[in-house]
Parts: sequence; structure tokens; C-alpha cells
Amino acid sequence: MAIYLTKESKVLVQGMTGGEGMRHTRRMLAAGTDVVGGVNPRKAGRTVDFGERALPVFGTVAEGMAATGADVTVVFVPPAFAKAAVLEAADAGIGLAVVITEGIPVHDAVAFTSYARDRGTRIIGPNCPGVITPGQSDAGIIPADITKPGRIGLVSKSGTLTYQLMYELRDIGFSTCVGIGGDPVVGTSHIDCLGAFQEDPDTELVVLIGEIGGDAEERAAAHIREHVTKPVVGYIAGFTAPEGRTMGHAGAIVSGSAGTARAKQEALEAAGVRVGSTPTETARLVLELLDARRPEGS
Amino acid sequence: MDLYEHQARELFEEHGIVVPRAEVTDSPKEAREIARRLGGRVVVKAQVKTGGRGRAGGVKLAADPAAAELTARQILGMDIRGHTVSKVMLAQPVDIESEFYVSYVLDRAAGGFLAIASAEGGTEIEEVAATRPQAVARVRIDPAVGVTSATAQEIAGAAGLPPQTADVLVRLWQVLVREDALLVEVNPLVRTREGRILALDGKVTLDDNARFRQARWGDDAAERHDPLEAAAAAKGLNYVKLDGEVGIIGNGAGLVMSTLDVVAGCGARPANFLDIGGGASAQVMADGLSVILSDPAVRSVLVNVFGGITACDAVADGIVRALEAVRLTRPLVVRLDGNNAARGRAILDGRAHPLVEQATTMDGAARRAAELAHTA
Repeated sequence: MAIYLTKESKVLVQGMTGGEGMRHTRRMLAAGTDVVGGVNPRKAGRTVDFGERALPVFGTVAEGMAATGADVTVVFVPPAFAKAAVLEAADAGIGLAVVITEGIPVHDAVAFTSYARDRGTRIIGPNCPGVITPGQSDAGIIPADITKPGRIGLVSKSGTLTYQLMYELRDIGFSTCVGIGGDPVVGTSHIDCLGAFQEDPDTELVVLIGEIGGDAEERAAAHIREHVTKPVVGYIAGFTAPEGRTMGHAGAIVSGSAGTARAKQEALEAAGVRVGSTPTETARLVLELLDARRPEGS
Repeated sequence: MDLYEHQARELFEEHGIVVPRAEVTDSPKEAREIARRLGGRVVVKAQVKTGGRGRAGGVKLAADPAAAELTARQILGMDIRGHTVSKVMLAQPVDIESEFYVSYVLDRAAGGFLAIASAEGGTEIEEVAATRPQAVARVRIDPAVGVTSATAQEIAGAAGLPPQTADVLVRLWQVLVREDALLVEVNPLVRTREGRILALDGKVTLDDNARFRQARWGDDAAERHDPLEAAAAAKGLNYVKLDGEVGIIGNGAGLVMSTLDVVAGCGARPANFLDIGGGASAQVMADGLSVILSDPAVRSVLVNVFGGITACDAVADGIVRALEAVRLTRPLVVRLDGNNAARGRAILDGRAHPLVEQATTMDGAARRAAELAHTA
């Protein structure tokens, strides 16, 4: 099962013929992803050789879907052209668009996330590492070889913190890890992922990683209290970040008390979520909770 | 990036929003000339990118050109919440009948923009929202439609603003969209005794991601008053100066913020935030180390890298090359994990620099860096 991405997923890569696109298409193929083609209007009709597989380049997402039955697209298109690429994917009616591109203007993200929502296309990102269902499929740039398949679901704003936790918990393994992206406007929220993990029989426990800025974690906490019965372990980065300063992610801006790491931690704890003070402690909390759920002697 | 009030005023004017006549200067003598041109009596306003400027004495009325010069002299060079005033704007005073508040702000939760409007302008809108929430109207803007004159009338009506403000609301939306702004705010928007609607003060925050298509205002990195931040910005580094003694370098904003927290948890204070990003080159590592080592407050340095896409052997190569370019004067603790970590560690072992030591975990590395900061 897993969420959003399985071994059945057929993946197109928009911007496959660019440097980043080539590099990560190769990695996705190595991770077992069923990449079925690329999209680039200027290189339509060509074939790109990836060793074990030669991939066709289509002029549009619609053509790629018609020819291959693709249901996922991964977008590596540069910021200036990303909006057009995502709108095109939504018009083609693809189910999932994973937007890796960093530096997309917020007005463009507002436009394409709302457009896609109206057309039933799920957007993950922008400015995200993507989504991986270990052992099955990897759509984006998350390294596949640092963990294994298992029963933990993970949702995070931050790429490298996702990798850190995947690695810390590599002996337990993950059902699906979703990097939702650190930009102020993203297509898929913590809450969307929590809802999907709650419904997913392959997921036993959820790790939620947040960081300062916005109130997504506070809203996630309210959602957990009402709707999530599976155990959730949290981690929040940014306790020592000064107010009003941007720490890299456009989303990580604190102004006043709302959006601070402390406020997020308190909201999550009030909803029954155990929150680790470091990534390593967070991993330890996961192990404790999983151990407690195992019948004695098993 | 935030704009100065005079830049926001300029944008408003270009988009047909009525603003008071005003000019900007950095010279008290010129302030006198400007006051004369504007009719003698002027408001002198400090141009700083921070709030609370009125209470800090940065906004004053001057009765005549001589007073304008004197007032400009007082305000120029003033420190307002850590911002030095290098320019003042002189504006014609306006005969105010009533004051309103209007803005468009990004609503992250909804993934779109929100109009916020109130008939109680002129004060801090947060205060109004906290004490009389019913006095603040919030209207969600449909991204597919934007603000039409019908939407504008709806916003004005919801907030109890006079109908003439609808035109300003439409134009303000055009400022937001055409300039790629994340926030446009007019406070106060006033009605004069003659019934004119004017934007008296404004704030505009632009989207840094849109700089590739909005080159007009450039980058305000050069305005950073911290010399280390200015040096880092010149090298294209994502660096923020903090008040501590452990220099920090990592990859990925989340992991670096987390590293700051873990160091603080070990009883030391981080000296900075520095994210070298994915696929960092030797050059970026050398630049980063040189900025951090030029901070006299730094007593130890922690490099925390989780190789996802970044290969740890490349990071180690970067550190080794950085050690050739920069003279290491304080201890450096390195934690490499993930992609090619073993090879990366071997490269650093091979270099065997007496001030470089490795740690196998993030927590262990932070503890050691904190310890060294206290003993070094």
C-alpha cells in the first residue's frame, strides 16, 4: 500500500534532459522507480539512454500519459518555467505532480497549487525532496539507499532532516517518506499526509518533522487530536533561531510568538505527540513506542 | 525583501494610488530645500525597514524649512531598533478626517492571499485584531480571479470603509501581483476633509524568489549592517550571524537549524547559521570556513553534514582544500554521515590536521564542539 507512490506508479520526468533531471532520473531508476519517459517540448521524439532502459522524450505531459499510462510526474523545470510545466501537467489530468524545483515565485506556487487542486491533481512541493516508498519507488531526490522498507510513515518540511531520520531509523524502515517542502505555499500539507498515513494499513507510526515559521505544525496538532489514532512522534527545528530572521527556507520566518519552535512543540505535546529534542532522541522515542506496542516476548 | 516607505510610495503612485507629495534625502540642507518646494510645513520621516518608528522619535512635524533641516539633522543617523537612519522622507501634511487599514497578505494555510481591512486604521492592526476582532475584516481572494471591482466593494463593505476605497483596493492588488509582492499594506489609508482618499504610509515585502523577473529593486544584502553577513552575502553564502561561540556549517536549512538547537542543548551558543546547501563545492566550504573564522567570537567550529545527494567524500575534499586556503586557528569538529561517509572520514583521517577531529554522531559532534568552545 504505502501512500501516494507504489511500485505500480508510472513516472514521467519534466525537465529530464537537463543536468539535474538526467542525474536524478538515473538515481530514480536505480532505486527501482518505474520511470517511463521525459517531457521536453524542444526535444520531443528523442530517446535518452540510461543503460538498462532507454526513455522516450515527449512534447507534453498529455502525450506522455497517453503513450505510457503515466500517473506521476516529477518536475525539475527551472523556476521561470515551472508554473507552465505544472499547469500543463494538471491540464493533462495527472494524479500526482512532485515539484522539486527550488526558488519558484510564491505567486506562481499560489496559482498552480490552486489550479491543480481544482482539477484533482495532487502537488507535492515545490522546493521539496519528493516522496519515496522504500523498496518500491522514489519520485524526486531522496536517497534510496539510506533506509529500508518498514512501517514508519514520515512527513517533513526539510530534506536533510528527513534523510537524518530515515538513516537513524534504518533498522526499522519506512512505509513512505514525504518531503512536503519548506516554501510558504505548498500543495500537500502535514495534515494531508497524516490523513493518508492514518488510512494506510502499512503504516504503524508517523514521524512528523517541522520547523519554525507559519502555523502548519499547530494545525497538524489540532488534526492529530481529532483524527489520528496512530502514534505520532514529532521533531521541530529552530529553537535557537532569532525572531524575524530568515534561515534559508522562505517558510522559516518567525514573527512574534506564533510560529516559534516552542509554540509548535507545545501544540503537538498537547495533542499527545511525543516530541524529541534532537533528531537522535526523536528516533529513540520511535523505538520506545514501537517496542511498547509489541506483545511481550515477540 | 522589505521595501522602504519611499519605495512603497513610489510603487503606489505608479499604480495610480494617490499619495502625498514627498521627496527623499540624506542631507539636512537638502531637506530644507525640499520643505520649501513642498510648501514649508512638512512631516519628516525616518526611512528604516522596521516598525515602531514613530514611538522611537523617527517621525516629526516641522513647521517651516528651517525646522525641517533641524529635524532631518536629528533623525538622520538615529538608531531605530538596530537600524541606522540614512535617509529621511519629507512629505506634505494631510488634513485627515478618518484613518483606515488595508492590506493583502499571504495566507499560508489557505495557499493564497487574504485581504485584511479595518475602519480603525492608524494604529497597530495586531492590537485592533486582538482587542476588537469584529473591527477587522478578512476576505479570501480567489487566485483564479484576483481582486475585481466587485471583490473590492465586498472588502470595503465588510470592513465598513467608504465605497471610494474600492478603487484603491483594486490598484493595491495590482501592485501585489505585478511586483511579485508577498505583502502590501497601507496604514493609514486616509480620507481628507475634502473627501480625497490617500495612502499615507505603506509597507511592501517583495518575494526574493521572483528577483529573476523583478530586477528593479536589486538586492538589499549590501545594506546588512553586520560586516560578516555582508561578506558572506558577497560570496553568495546563506549565513546569519548570531551571538555565540560555536561556528556552525551544515547542509540543508532544516539540518542546520537542528544543529543550532543541539549545540544550544549542550550548553553552548551557536555563533551563526550557515547552510552550504546540497552538492556544496570545495570553494563553498572554503568560503564558509573563512567567514566563520573571521568572527572573533568563534571558539570552535562544527561541520555537520548528512550526505543525501551530497557525497561526504566531496565534502571532505572541500574541507581539506579549505584547510589549504584558510589558516585554521580554532578546533574543527566534523560529523559526516550518509552517502560515502566512510570515504569522507578516511580522507580527513589521511589529512590528520591537529585541530580537526571527527565525531560519529550529530549529538556527539555537538557535545564535543561545545566542550572545545569552553576549553579552547
